[in-house]
Amino acid sequence: MAAPTNQELIDFVVREARLIDEHRLDEWLELFADDGIYWMPLEWGQTDPKLTASLMYEDKLLLTIRIERLKGNRTFSQKPRSRCHHVLQVPQVDKRDEPANEYLTYTPMHYVETRHDEQQLYAAWARHTLTVVDGKLKIKLKRVDLVNCDAAFGNIQLFM
Amino acid sequence: MSRYRGNVEAVRNLIRETEVHRDVYIDDEVFQLEMEHLFGNTWVYVGHESQVPNEGDYYGTTIGTQPVLMVRHGDDTVRVLHNRCPHKGTRITTETYGNTGKFFRCPYHAWTFRTDGTLRAIPLAKGYECAKLEESHAGAGMNPVKHVHNYRGFVFAKLNDVGPGFEEFFGESLSSIDNMVDRSPVGRLQVAGGVLRYMHNCNWKMLVENQTDTCHPMVAHESSAGTAIKVWDNAPPGAKKPMAVEIYAPFVAPYDFFEKMGIRVWPNGHGHTGVHHSIHSNYSAIPGYFDKMVAAYGENRAKAILDENRHNTCYFPNLMVKGPIQLIRLFKPISANKTLVESFTFRLIDAPDLLLERTLVYNRLINAPTSVVGHDDLEVYERAQEGLKVDANQWVNVGRLYEPGEQTDITAESNGTTEWQMRNQFRAWSKFMALSM
Repeated sequence: MAAPTNQELIDFVVREARLIDEHRLDEWLELFADDGIYWMPLEWGQTDPKLTASLMYEDKLLLTIRIERLKGNRTFSQKPRSRCHHVLQVPQVDKRDEPANEYLTYTPMHYVETRHDEQQLYAAWARHTLTVVDGKLKIKLKRVDLVNCDAAFGNIQLFM
Repeated sequence: MSRYRGNVEAVRNLIRETEVHRDVYIDDEVFQLEMEHLFGNTWVYVGHESQVPNEGDYYGTTIGTQPVLMVRHGDDTVRVLHNRCPHKGTRITTETYGNTGKFFRCPYHAWTFRTDGTLRAIPLAKGYECAKLEESHAGAGMNPVKHVHNYRGFVFAKLNDVGPGFEEFFGESLSSIDNMVDRSPVGRLQVAGGVLRYMHNCNWKMLVENQTDTCHPMVAHESSAGTAIKVWDNAPPGAKKPMAVEIYAPFVAPYDFFEKMGIRVWPNGHGHTGVHHSIHSNYSAIPGYFDKMVAAYGENRAKAILDENRHNTCYFPNLMVKGPIQLIRLFKPISANKTLVESFTFRLIDAPDLLLERTLVYNRLINAPTSVVGHDDLEVYERAQEGLKVDANQWVNVGRLYEPGEQTDITAESNGTTEWQMRNQFRAWSKFMALSM
């Protein structure tokens, strides 16, 4: 594929959220580059994922474990299953670096996760670092900054 | 109606040799009595001195449900004060961390207090001339917590005058803190990396008990650790096992592993799993670390320190220490059915950063609200909190490997799947509840 248009970048981010909402997590994982990372910082404006705690900082192996776990018959915390729902603002293209094959988008969003009678609302900013691999857009880094990143949460079981 | 207040026999009757009444977990009055007596009469962990490195630094936390401030005073000692203005009750600080300079200033009427709590000044002081302020609670300033002890950087406090002294209360159990501190080549720790906070809709004691419950990992964590092993089995041959898999895998070790690991009990409700080996025993070596330890301690002592692989040490009532991974968890009671879990990680001063990185990976994979292992545990706690409402059976069983005549307040070792440490905790619970009732 030639350099992606802004509309293609936006469509990608919107589709990514939809795949999570529809529990199509195997397809979702395919959106990540082989060395792709999903990062949910713990600290406001966090810059260091290694020596500062994060809520999540996961490569494809760890993401695969989560997805396989959700399918498990003895995954008791998913009986009944959680469901989730994203409301995205229109993603904004923050940076296009065609020579480096890197594109940054910025998407404020609300995310709802629900299980039993409980429904939790989270507000966050999603930043995608995207790249083209073999003609397809892939995620190098998805960073989800929660507005209340340092609050005490109960279980957050799905992907934002 | 008050069933338990002022009725020490009723409280004692909640604990049997191998059973615990459900009211210990779900009754609001029992919870309130715990806050007054259990958390009043025992030495409760407040914080680590590295959280307040400089004069005037403070850290806000709770002892039971009492808000307190840990502060570095001008003489370099760490003080613990009740976080309340003696005037109208206003909480003095609301930020968890800060530096107050030479004094605290109440945001309501600008009364000021030195960092040892004593009253420094009040505006328009003349107006109090006939009020005998100096004889009143208000004139005494911010109340200091009376009994404070700093053990190798770990600050504990006891709210009430009754109850044992620090050394008597902890005794040999302090060896688990010693081991974590000794893992630094210079014998110093620093809280680092940020604190993970995880809200649990269950009673705080379910978490404490779970620290030495070795019959649940292979069942509850089949979903997380078991899946991790299955996924890793598909890795290409010869691939280097990632740190994350090293951390996950032992959670689903067979019963035999946990039986042989051993449990040790100490007086006053303290105890630990992992006497002989533990889930932390087979982590990969961190390059350069052992050499630094040998240089600092000599080879034999360095080996002895690092061969100690205690899994969870419970410091009764609510501190859990994991020496080999430099992590502590604090189970902060909020109500009978609500508990805040705070997980603090430590940097070993003068040791490689990779140790802190591993600690943080562990904390993120096991103790975060986003941790799948944490999801397994919280699910069973919350189910228990609900299930205890069943009137048909009002007792929780902690009878595994009980032997009639089991002694209290002794140091002993046993099979790693015993529930002796849980019984040890409940006997201590009963003792410290009754001490001031």
